[in-house]
Amino acid sequence: MLQGPDRRNFLVLAIQGLGAVITGALGVPALTYLFSPAKTKNDATWIDVADLAKLPAGEPAEIIFSRKRVDGWKVVTEKTSAWVVKTGETEAFALAPACTHLGCAYHWKQESKEFTCPCHASSFSIDGKVQAGPAPRALDRYESRVVNGKVQVGRVVSSESSGANGGKA
Amino acid sequence: MLRGVLEWLDDRTGIVSGVQHFLDEDIPASSGWHQVFGSIAMFGFLVQAVTGILLALNYAPTAGEAYYSLKYIVMEVTGGRLIRQLHHWGASLMIVIVALHMIQVFIWGGYKKPREATWIVGVVLLLMTLGYGLTGYLLPWDNRAYWGTVVATQISASAPGAGPYIARLMGVVDGAIGSVTFARFYAIHVLLLPPATMALMLLHVFLVRRHGVAPLPGDEALPKKKFYPGQVFKDTLAIFIYFAILYTLAVVARVPLERMADPTDTSYIPRPDWYFLFLFQLLKLFPGSLEMIGSIVLPTLAIIALFAAPFIDRSKMVMVRQRGFAVSLVLLAAAAWGSLTYAAVAGTPKSAQSEYDATLVEPWQHLTPKELIKPDAAAPEFAKLAARTYLKSGCTACHVANGEGGKLGPPLNAIMFRRDRAWLEAHFIEPQKMVPGSTMPPYKFAPPEMAAMLDWLLKLPPD
Ligand code: FES
Repeated sequence: MLQGPDRRNFLVLAIQGLGAVITGALGVPALTYLFSPAKTKNDATWIDVADLAKLPAGEPAEIIFSRKRVDGWKVVTEKTSAWVVKTGETEAFALAPACTHLGCAYHWKQESKEFTCPCHASSFSIDGKVQAGPAPRALDRYESRVVNGKVQVGRVVSSESSGANGGKA
Repeated sequence: MLRGVLEWLDDRTGIVSGVQHFLDEDIPASSGWHQVFGSIAMFGFLVQAVTGILLALNYAPTAGEAYYSLKYIVMEVTGGRLIRQLHHWGASLMIVIVALHMIQVFIWGGYKKPREATWIVGVVLLLMTLGYGLTGYLLPWDNRAYWGTVVATQISASAPGAGPYIARLMGVVDGAIGSVTFARFYAIHVLLLPPATMALMLLHVFLVRRHGVAPLPGDEALPKKKFYPGQVFKDTLAIFIYFAILYTLAVVARVPLERMADPTDTSYIPRPDWYFLFLFQLLKLFPGSLEMIGSIVLPTLAIIALFAAPFIDRSKMVMVRQRGFAVSLVLLAAAAWGSLTYAAVAGTPKSAQSEYDATLVEPWQHLTPKELIKPDAAAPEFAKLAARTYLKSGCTACHVANGEGGKLGPPLNAIMFRRDRAWLEAHFIEPQKMVPGSTMPPYKFAPPEMAAMLDWLLKLPPD
């Protein structure tokens, strides 16, 4: 049996040790609970958004469509949009509608043939490359394909991770 | 460096010396292991607060959506099941600890003058603990939650005089509970009770410090002990054991989520959580017009007796072995509580409803028969065999299974709650014997097909 200061030191150490074990056993699950992504099954489906034949050539078309999205414990059907650009008789790509700076909706300016963002005046070329302003990277694109004359879009891929349409112009 | 920071902090706020002063408390020589329960209760409250906040961060507090968000927490959020089960079992253990704390104080006679107020605040804290249990029971919004709360609100609504007002306060309209009741229970559970609990706990601890830990005869002659580190170590070790038990329960003992609350489901047998079962059983002892005695009179008397204990017993502190009467009272109450609870448990038949757990339903259970027979369908063999048999026999013409099929016969989803295996088998062989006038033809499946059909039918989920 310990006595005096030894006993005191042992007790203090035991109090701290037991406290640390409890904190860890609660803290680790709490952190994974908060930080790890939910196991949602996001089955990316292809959605028809436009007839390729009806799209204007050399000019983007803003297309509004609805899609299903897993939103926490719900699956919501929501409206969203894409800027679809026809690049040939069997080809097109689709840009995601949010500016890559802080997410404002940008628009096509016919006079200057560029996309401009109303928020902080970023501008992008028709293929999404940054022309001016604070936007850090080219516009994001939807995964897209053309099947039987219909343009279909899938998930949005960041222009940075895909690397497909280059970085800053 | 650290020393400097602490000195600065103490100079400006006094926190450090405050804590030191708190830990430096003198306690009587007789203090020891029997006094750990108050600290455990406080720790238990802390665990409930932490897990409760975590749950709330992923929870939709409205009737209906609450169910889906809890299902999401349990099935899809990493660690969600553990957090939910910690909160669930933490609530149960909290009741146990609060009761043990009270029993200890009661047996030792710690409520006596001048500690009456400490005891009374403690009784209020006990009632608030039960209040958490009552309101929290509704929050999963499954059938268990819904029907258990229906019974609880009916009991309070039957109170003489105040009944209708209590019912209105709980958002009960014409005996039915719904969105308003849910909102009120949620608000009580997370907005009203927690700050009130914290304030009363603070007052409780303040009173303990003001009057000191109750000494026993003979303590005057012995030198006092310090609260820290000796008693703090005992408290911490006890807390650790409590936590180990709670954690084991939370990992091992699965808490089901039954089917979503269905006010039209008249087949449901409601039952309260285990700590209210004795009340539930008590009602059965007072049939008819006497029911009020079990539901209102006795519980009210018990609460009054608890509050009045320090004023009824005005004797001096004595040693525990001289508290025979107090010990017998506790044993008597425990025996009464235990036998009532046992009778309630033994008298509640297991039902398919209470066995069902929505968080264990697998994706294939939602597939239609046509999807099941696809070669690449991810489903167990028996389900595929059942689906082939089902389609070959033309069941689809009259029955809906997972949203597919005709409406002539009853839908097959949730049949697990309406019929058992033996009934279904007999019904296949001779439908008219089980349901007179039925137009269903008999099906004498070969044994493997029959077994597969029954297994699969009993796995068709309710929603
Ligand atoms: S959000 Fe588009 S430029 Fe800032």
